[in-house]
Amino acid sequence: MKFPPSFILPFTTGLLFIVSFLIIIVGVWISELSKIDKSRIWANIFTTKTLLAIHETFMESLLHRKIFRKNPVLGYMHMSLAFGWFLLIVVGHLEAWQHYQSFGVPVYKAIFMRYFVTQPTITLGGKILAATMDLLLVFVLSGVMLAYYKRFNSKTFGMKKTTQLKTGDRIALTALWFIFPLRFVAECVSAGIHHNGSIISQPTGNFLASVLPVQSMEMPLWWAYSCALGLFFFALPVSRYMHIPVEVVMIFLRNYGIKVQKRIDGYSRIQIYSCSRCGICLDSCQMTHAAIKDTQSVYMLKHLRNRKITDEKLFNCLLCGKCQTDCPVGLELNNLRITQRIESTKEYNSSYEYLKTSKVASNTTTEVIYFAGCMTHLTPSIIKSMRGLFEIANVNYWFMDEEKTACCGRPLMQVGQYAAAQKLIDSNKERIIASGAKKLVVSCPICYKVFREDYAIPGITVQHHSEYLLELMADKRIPVKKTPIKVVYHDPCELGRGSGIYLQPRLLLDEYADVIPVRNEKEKALCCGGSLANTKIQMNERNQISEKAVEEYLSYKPDVLATACPLCKKTFAKSRKLQVNDIAEIVYMAIAEPEKVEEKIESVRKTAIV
Amino acid sequence: MKDFGFTVIKQRTIDYDQFDGRLLNEILESEPSFKVCLSCGGCTATCSAGDLVSFNIRRLNLMLRRGETLELESEIQKCMLCGKCQLVCPRGINLRNVIMLIKKNIGKYKPAQVR
Repeated sequence: MKFPPSFILPFTTGLLFIVSFLIIIVGVWISELSKIDKSRIWANIFTTKTLLAIHETFMESLLHRKIFRKNPVLGYMHMSLAFGWFLLIVVGHLEAWQHYQSFGVPVYKAIFMRYFVTQPTITLGGKILAATMDLLLVFVLSGVMLAYYKRFNSKTFGMKKTTQLKTGDRIALTALWFIFPLRFVAECVSAGIHHNGSIISQPTGNFLASVLPVQSMEMPLWWAYSCALGLFFFALPVSRYMHIPVEVVMIFLRNYGIKVQKRIDGYSRIQIYSCSRCGICLDSCQMTHAAIKDTQSVYMLKHLRNRKITDEKLFNCLLCGKCQTDCPVGLELNNLRITQRIESTKEYNSSYEYLKTSKVASNTTTEVIYFAGCMTHLTPSIIKSMRGLFEIANVNYWFMDEEKTACCGRPLMQVGQYAAAQKLIDSNKERIIASGAKKLVVSCPICYKVFREDYAIPGITVQHHSEYLLELMADKRIPVKKTPIKVVYHDPCELGRGSGIYLQPRLLLDEYADVIPVRNEKEKALCCGGSLANTKIQMNERNQISEKAVEEYLSYKPDVLATACPLCKKTFAKSRKLQVNDIAEIVYMAIAEPEKVEEKIESVRKTAIV
Repeated sequence: MKDFGFTVIKQRTIDYDQFDGRLLNEILESEPSFKVCLSCGGCTATCSAGDLVSFNIRRLNLMLRRGETLELESEIQKCMLCGKCQLVCPRGINLRNVIMLIKKNIGKYKPAQVR
């Protein structure tokens, strides 16, 4: 038996290492999934969901559709590297199978084919495959060139910032940068000697042979190519390129319905490793407006991976969810952070012994429960407007948290204190059920999210007041009254990205004011900077974030900035550069206080001219 | 203790020989904004938990500064973290972080005999 040449060793050992490493680590992660999640895999693996997952893998992991949407050049760079490399492997194997007329060709013979097959191909099929391989390699090389360029000039790619690298990343990145140029040069040199090249490698090889001593260069070049491949495989587990294989696993599990749980399990680890550290989340993060640049999702995941996460970084995030909307991998960034916060604070959840439930007598005439929320109590004009509107619509309502009521629990959940929040939920739940009402109207999006998702009271519909007022309007219980106030609507994070309520506030506002569309709205809406989810940010930093958002809104010259969240209102109101009103206030003002509308418009437009 | 001729009420004296300022120092280091508290009591006036039970955030500051770790530990459990105090604070103190820091670190500094 003839031994293969020794230069294949770095590649072969690297490949063996990475394949066995991946099988072991993915196996461990899957074994860490909960029983329900495991049964989800079995229930869905032989259904169309697998086909959907394959389709998604193709579209996202190879073609990088989402990155294309962000920026075409960045998308092309990723696609040429990923899809090009994938095709090189596939077509390379086809070529090897065609040449040796066997499917049992060892991998190294396909990868280093131009070294092993020194006779030029004579069949038409072989010629077409060889030409394809040349074109594919040039396609990949164009991506590599773009990658070189991006390292030094990331702005061309629509990215303002790029992530900091660590040693493992640098090694893998360098290896990746060298793999394809080395392969190209090695193939050209071999073509120069043996005349086995194709449309691009043969002319280049001939040229190289005419100016360089190609005979002595062939072996070192194939060695270097093999070493670059081997180095890449060995560096993969400690680099960000782990995302290449892990993301595929993640896409399949996600299609089977697996989600990030409230505890750290195999799936959350898979998500952590699926982060490609592309840095797109850095650009969308408003924390950078306050010069906070090391707590973004990409760094949180990096620290989680290295088990070096500190509370300072973990809790310095507004959980506004903008990064999650932008993430090309589709990671559950907010949930991953909350899961980690639960872990970090689980030792000291309060029990709230004092919450002895004060029983409410069941009152069958109560139509609606109104829960203003703690924050709304700090913006009394919203409560006043809601009370007024309830009266105009002649609704029999019970103001649940007028006094002596526990918080909804969401602020505790945002910092990870789920067990403590449950005590507050239980207390409020009991009172809601006792009231006998069928509808719960909430003025605060923070409360709205928790009432809708975590209270789960059968027979009770939870509505944000924008939904409820829209319903009252549709039922003609409150009159429609269009005013000439020009408003920009600010989507609160918890209502928009958090609960998916984008349409109702706009439909309602359309009937009472003149809504100006803005660039960053709906999923892309800005955060006011006031979020309770961040316990570390300082007041001056919050102000910087909200000022920046105010500046953007001011460019549309609205009379009023409309919002649907008392916390957003309070945060923006500090700026004094513009008038901020809640939707309920605008509706109430239009219906009951038309003289104030005139006053407001006049005062705003007068100051604008000055 | 030296007798200076003043009436000294035992409960109101702070014995510096036994004063344990470690928790206070740790909190002030992690959340320096707490240094500027002027004890106006706005936080206590607006407090949601204070509406339900006897709970006084301003007093937490006092307990912390007096090193009354045991009393502080049972008091701090009452906070619901709703954040109203933080929004009314005229000094913009990051009170929710102060509460979380006390909750997290207080176990380390409990008096030895009770631990």
